Amino acid sequence: MTLLSVENLSKRFSSGGRQVAALHDVSFMLAAGETLGLVGASGSGKSTLARILMRLIPADAGRIRFDGEDWLALTGPELRRRRAKMQMVFQDVLGAFNPRATVASVLDDPLRIHGIVPKNERPKEIATLLDRVGLSASYAERSIREVSGGQRQRIAIARAIATRPLLIVLDEAVSALDVSIRGKILELLVELQEERGIAYLFVSHDLAVLRAVSHRIAVMDAGRLVETGTARQVIDNPQSSAARALIAAVPRFATGTSAGISEGHDS
Amino acid sequence: MRLIRNLIRTPEGAIGLGILALLVLIALLAPALSPGDPLKIAARPLLPPFTDVNFPLGTDRLGRDVLAGIIHGTRTSLAVGIAAALAAIAIGLCVGLAAGFAGGLVDEALMRVVDAFQIVPSFLLALAFVSVIGASVPVVVLAIALGAWADPARLTRAQVLSIRERDYIASARVIGMHPVEIAFKEILPNALPPVLALSAIIVAAAILTEAALSFLGLGDPNVVTWGSMIAEGRNILRSSPSLSIFPGIALVVTVVGVYLFSEGLTNALAGRRSEA
Repeated sequence: MTLLSVENLSKRFSSGGRQVAALHDVSFMLAAGETLGLVGASGSGKSTLARILMRLIPADAGRIRFDGEDWLALTGPELRRRRAKMQMVFQDVLGAFNPRATVASVLDDPLRIHGIVPKNERPKEIATLLDRVGLSASYAERSIREVSGGQRQRIAIARAIATRPLLIVLDEAVSALDVSIRGKILELLVELQEERGIAYLFVSHDLAVLRAVSHRIAVMDAGRLVETGTARQVIDNPQSSAARALIAAVPRFATGTSAGISEGHDS
Repeated sequence: MRLIRNLIRTPEGAIGLGILALLVLIALLAPALSPGDPLKIAARPLLPPFTDVNFPLGTDRLGRDVLAGIIHGTRTSLAVGIAAALAAIAIGLCVGLAAGFAGGLVDEALMRVVDAFQIVPSFLLALAFVSVIGASVPVVVLAIALGAWADPARLTRAQVLSIRERDYIASARVIGMHPVEIAFKEILPNALPPVLALSAIIVAAAILTEAALSFLGLGDPNVVTWGSMIAEGRNILRSSPSLSIFPGIALVVTVVGVYLFSEGLTNALAGRRSEA
């Protein structure tokens, strides 16, 4: 079942009178419960695509259908209500939180805004969410500045799953994390997907990470989607020069051994 | 609480806070410290200072107690200064927040209004305003605020423009937060610290403007103010300079206190930010 379909999406930025194409005619599909890894060098337009999907910036042309609706046509209160179904985890683990927030207030906001649970049950739901992402409920009262980067990313994931979304866009969600923590966060994401059937659009420049979590991988280069295939196809038999360059940039793939960080669960 | 601890850690913050606390205490306790109307005739006119224990600072041309005038003047000065600064900050914050958050045409229009107010010297604006409408405490407060809101508006806008590009504003939008809530809950509290530091300077400027208006006879005639006391003493400055000097000292101490407090506050806020 198709959850998300993107058709001919284009976006230009003008910088100093010059027009720069950030996205050019991008189309892809994403099924419910599937992980699509979106890989590309910096400046290839992956973050722009993520931000357009999240309706943080407008697209110039193209269509997005999400959960059976014309996603780009939604506005105002209607859009805000639908946002519950598509959530995002950001790369910058500190910048993604109001510096004055506490862990509890971060998780309380989405529960309150979307009325996920009645008011008096919110503290219990916050504890449940924290527990689900592997943090003790005692974290709730802490300031967001008092928790470590890895814990902050767990809180970001808890915030994203709080509204019970169908799709989570992960924009370089583990790139800023320590390698030892990275594996645990990826495991958590895979677990949540198996448990709740959440689809992921996993944006990363790191093929090793994508290989571990993606069912399919799409390769972006200079604003275009140059290659899409199952994770194994793209990594073992890359068709585009951009994909080959990205694979060559990962030492363990170049030497021919497939010692990734963990075996992928590709379909 | 931690802010206050940081504030008194620096000498300027501690001294400023001390002076301000003392002045606020005097203002609040004015009716107890010198009961009765400070404008009523209390003794023989032009009693020199430090000669009579009942009137330590002497009396003016009409026989009014100078110390009582200064004590009650503290009330007026602080009340007008703080009220005018609060009004200016409130207007500035709202305008700056609206301009920075809305952007586009709204931003352009609001900032041109800010320009207009910044071009006119604020004292002239206050002078004209009070002359036309008439002197009373609320009018004086409004007149001073009108000349002072443009700076906080500019500062707030700059802060908002920088903050609204941060990821936590994007995450607030992603969870479906209403724009008004984003503006007041996510942006405003984080835009506030530098505006807060500016507010102390506005208080000092407001106190001086009020004194200047009173000096020119445009203050509220029904309350005693330091500015009107200085003006009163000016006519006999050579024979009894103390009549102008004592309220002048009160004015200087207050403004210095506010400035020191502002300095300490800026440092305390900066310290807190680097902690984060």
